[in-house]
Amino acid sequence: MRRIYLDRNAGTPLHPGALEAMLPFLKERYGNPQSLHGEGQSVLEAVEDARGKVARLIGAAAPEIIFTASGSEANNLAVKGMALAGRAKGAHVVVSAVEHLSVLNAAKSLEKFGFRATLVPVDGSGLVRPESVEQALTKETVLVSVMLANSEVGAVQPVAAVAKLCRAKGIPFHTDAVAAVGMLPVDVGALGVDALSLAGDQFRGPKGGAALYLKKGTRLVPQIDGGIQEGGRRAGTENVAAVVGMGRAAEIALAGRAERELRLRGLRDRLIDGLGRRIEHLVVTGPKDERLPHHASFCVRFVEGEAMLLSLDMKGIAVSSGSACSSKSLKASHVLLAMGLDHATAQGSVVFSLLDETTADDIDAVIESFPPIVERLRRMSPLYEAYLKENSR
Amino acid sequence: MIYTDKVMDHFANPRNVGTLPDADGVGQVGNPVCGDMMTFYIKVKDGRLSDIKFQTFGCGAAIAVSSMVSEMAKGKTLEEAMAITNEKVAEELGGLPKNKLHCSNLGADALHAAVEDYRAKSAPGVPKEKAAAPAHAHGEHEDVSSCPYCDGPLEGMEELCSCAHCGIDFVECPECGKYTNKADAVCAACGAKLAK
Repeated sequence: MRRIYLDRNAGTPLHPGALEAMLPFLKERYGNPQSLHGEGQSVLEAVEDARGKVARLIGAAAPEIIFTASGSEANNLAVKGMALAGRAKGAHVVVSAVEHLSVLNAAKSLEKFGFRATLVPVDGSGLVRPESVEQALTKETVLVSVMLANSEVGAVQPVAAVAKLCRAKGIPFHTDAVAAVGMLPVDVGALGVDALSLAGDQFRGPKGGAALYLKKGTRLVPQIDGGIQEGGRRAGTENVAAVVGMGRAAEIALAGRAERELRLRGLRDRLIDGLGRRIEHLVVTGPKDERLPHHASFCVRFVEGEAMLLSLDMKGIAVSSGSACSSKSLKASHVLLAMGLDHATAQGSVVFSLLDETTADDIDAVIESFPPIVERLRRMSPLYEAYLKENSR
Repeated sequence: MIYTDKVMDHFANPRNVGTLPDADGVGQVGNPVCGDMMTFYIKVKDGRLSDIKFQTFGCGAAIAVSSMVSEMAKGKTLEEAMAITNEKVAEELGGLPKNKLHCSNLGADALHAAVEDYRAKSAPGVPKEKAAAPAHAHGEHEDVSSCPYCDGPLEGMEELCSCAHCGIDFVECPECGKYTNKADAVCAACGAKLAK
């Protein structure tokens, strides 16, 4: 059966160019970049070349890139490392309520070290208002973290505005840009951020290759102590193949970015329009305009997300859901609840995120396949039955 | 795959979906907060379940469980139906993921609630027992062997107040007796408000 993979947020297929760049480092180029011999030094060159390529993707300087093993690690390093570095000044951090769990839970874990964490609320479309962040700031605040784009509802946050007001108060600012880098134009200078997380597996690099941008002069307490890798800010032997693969993927992503954004935006709109026309009681979650170009997210009323996900999977279509039942924790997406959606509606979450390879045929196949699935599940839903009864009176 | 072939079969081709407008008994369990809602309709003839239909809002496991229960109960006596337990349903399905055992495996409860409803209706004058159709008819909380949030094993813990794996603090829900996240405003299993 032909598979249609629309879960880019969970991971992208490795770009053949990235794979090719990686292979020598899984075979004959096994040297440790910290070694002084020829085997080590030639590998060090490749690592530093990749650092430059990742830096160019976001308008940074190469020494400002710290390689990590995942976007979650980059977020943990930024949130914990920057907050702890500011401990002498205060013990208060501010993050948005719709952050990735690696930011939210890192902020919560700081409470064990005497920090206080404030969660900034969002509006009904999942957007953070800069004024809300400003209101949360105190003299004690040593870190603000607001994501660039949300992978569950596609919301692109006003990060430049938030960064500006933090800078005016001298408060270090971090943004989790994992869902955005490679897709949106990202320039750390234009954004005015002190730190930014990115992950190569979001732009066709391998899993295991990610990075934290840390602006020159920004203070950070390392979270992995050891040797002097990554300038002493993240110890551990480099995952050379992943780093090199991410570097090559960054180069490729940058070259085709504008064309890709335009194309995916068109397909995304086709999907939202097509499903909107065919499915009643369909709620588009997230903003209409300030939205990731490859991202379409919905709540389908009266049905549950995992049941839709499994049904689509049986038709060869891979998607994700923020419903309680589709998460291991059995809790509805904190993002949807923060947006003010009730539990029953949030349970109907379904998220489509498009790949570079996604075609108009793929989108049309989804528009064909999905409505009958919703209809089947609604026919067995007591919530839909109750709704129909109420409205027939 | 997290589900067995049998679960997927019952999810893809559920038996006995629908409603019975002239049902002799109706039972409902669950709520949208925990994700799953099940309504069972039964017809009773000569002490047996002559017909049974259900509607379910929920995940693949919840739909499969409902379908399995309807199949297991059809044609059975009321006593036999009451002897069907959630555990037996899960067993019949070839097992369910641990974290789903606590939320989606409510089919037997919904069936029992329908039988109780029938008994209450067919025995007028008898005061309805309070325990006839609770939101979750477990009575007391079951033996929790894994964290309902992260699925980590909880054996050997002296006092069940937090999960060593994910760090979630539990509290026993005053309404349904299930363990739920202390930090939440409402019980994840039954939606009851938790005292702060």
